[in-house]
Amino acid sequence: MTEFLQLVIYGVVLGSILTLGAIGVSLIYGILRFAHFAHGDIMTMGAYFAFALVVGLGFPIWASAPFAVVGGALLAIAIDQTVYRRLRRVQPIILLISSFGIAIALRSVVQLIWGPHNQVYASGIQMPYRLGDLVIKPDHVWIVLGAVVLVTALHLFLTRTKMGKAMRAMSDNMDLALVSGIPSERVIMVTWAVGGGLAAVAGVFLGMDTRLHPVMGWSLLLPVFAAAILGGIGRPYGAIAGGMVIGLSMELSTMVINPTYKPAVAFALMVLMLVVRPQGLFKGNA
Amino acid sequence: MELGGLLTYGVFFLTQAGIYAVLALGLNVQFGLTGQINIGVAGFFAVGAYTSAILTTSVTPAHLGGFDLPFLVGIAGAVVASGIVAVGIGWVTMRLRSDYLAIATIGIAEIIRLTLKNEDWLTNGVRGVPGIPRPFVETLGTDPLISLAVILAFVLLAYWLVERARVSPWGRVLRAIRENEDGVMAAGKDVARFRLQAFVFGSGLMGMAGGLYAHFIGFISPEAFLPLYGTFLVWVMLIAGGAGNNRGAVLGAFAIWMLWSATQFMTDALGAEYATQAGALRVLLIGVLLQVILILRPQGILPEHGRKGRR
Repeated sequence: MTEFLQLVIYGVVLGSILTLGAIGVSLIYGILRFAHFAHGDIMTMGAYFAFALVVGLGFPIWASAPFAVVGGALLAIAIDQTVYRRLRRVQPIILLISSFGIAIALRSVVQLIWGPHNQVYASGIQMPYRLGDLVIKPDHVWIVLGAVVLVTALHLFLTRTKMGKAMRAMSDNMDLALVSGIPSERVIMVTWAVGGGLAAVAGVFLGMDTRLHPVMGWSLLLPVFAAAILGGIGRPYGAIAGGMVIGLSMELSTMVINPTYKPAVAFALMVLMLVVRPQGLFKGNA
Repeated sequence: MELGGLLTYGVFFLTQAGIYAVLALGLNVQFGLTGQINIGVAGFFAVGAYTSAILTTSVTPAHLGGFDLPFLVGIAGAVVASGIVAVGIGWVTMRLRSDYLAIATIGIAEIIRLTLKNEDWLTNGVRGVPGIPRPFVETLGTDPLISLAVILAFVLLAYWLVERARVSPWGRVLRAIRENEDGVMAAGKDVARFRLQAFVFGSGLMGMAGGLYAHFIGFISPEAFLPLYGTFLVWVMLIAGGAGNNRGAVLGAFAIWMLWSATQFMTDALGAEYATQAGALRVLLIGVLLQVILILRPQGILPEHGRKGRR
């Protein structure tokens, strides 16, 4: 039982990270109609932005995270303006291939600047909280709290602001949104800012939970897509449910199978969903 | 470099470029003709390489087999094994948008990589499979020129097959699906079935390339593939050469492989202490090159027949 509950804790932590990534993937898919393959590597970039501040300027990690968010948002906008914007007129399939190239390029940049080795934000052991036999690291609490705050903020943004409503309108019905005079270029830019910012903070959380590595984001891309598909791609709220289901399943599966096959669990759930209900739990834009 | 060294390098270069040409032709069936996105090229390549290796090496306790079968049986096995994997993944995704296939192929490539690394009984794990015989080694000997000739023969075979497929009615249906899926469906064609056939055909060719690679190098391990960079290079080759044009796919393979090899000479000049940075820089350059091609000349060096301007 203790083992089970401990894995549930890890699962919620992983689920929080996946949710933050999957929301971005879902938003971008909803508006630009392509699976953004560089999302994992934007996570990596976010993690390393924070790392640069922690190591270079001696910032504590909680203070570097907001800078990483800004960095991730600006990076995503910059990529969109220099590359994706020029390809938007052609089929979305070309955007997907372009984003695959961007993913590879971003990873090379990380390797070029910070090298191919593992890095950590803070060395040494954190004193964990103990609840009976359960062990909870302070970082885990921060990650889950951070995700809850960000998801709540996103919810308020999407439901209470004009820009948020415009984003949902474009995602629901592009043509109707355009004829009603929504400034599509501005909405697209904000979408990239939100998606990139959330991806960056997901990367920082991932780095806090484990370690930094140039491939850290790419290896999470499959579970992130699985979460987005499970929740119904194009549906940011579904991404929360999808992230939690995938995170929990990946961690709980280690009770029965070799932990190296965790990504396979995410893959199996995704395939199952595609066979049974391709539109996802919350009826996305399949 | 002296003349002999140059010649050896030339043979080595052409052999590797030939293997990439087969991969690019396989991807051309999937992407160029049908509009399917496969980000798991390296996965199908690896399945082919390991299948052929297990079938043709002599008996050993280190991994499954070996079965000591002839080279051609190994290659045939490689094609079949990759095809079977493709049927599985294709069956799930053929009715969905191509984005789903793209996502599923990273999944399958990742699972293949993990399996090769962890299932020692099957693949000898990270230690890899040594002693894979060169093609026709008993009758023709070990001259590298023989390997090159064999591989170029397979490039021709692959080209002939894909070109035949492209001009056939079957190929026309594939291109019609790419351009207008609903129209093809309205004409009474089973779109999912054609897609699946194209995906399996392309993946089989990738498996064949994997088998050729295994026999040419003689040793394979999970690390030997650089999975993602392999897949990425093949994509750049096809896009640069001209997606949908088979001569373009082959030309792209040789041109990009030449460029890739040239950047190695360039980065080697930087010295060993910058080796990792130099490697990253090469990949970055190719990544930027892809964006430039997509923006400035999306149709590639040799555009698809009957298609003008940008798509």
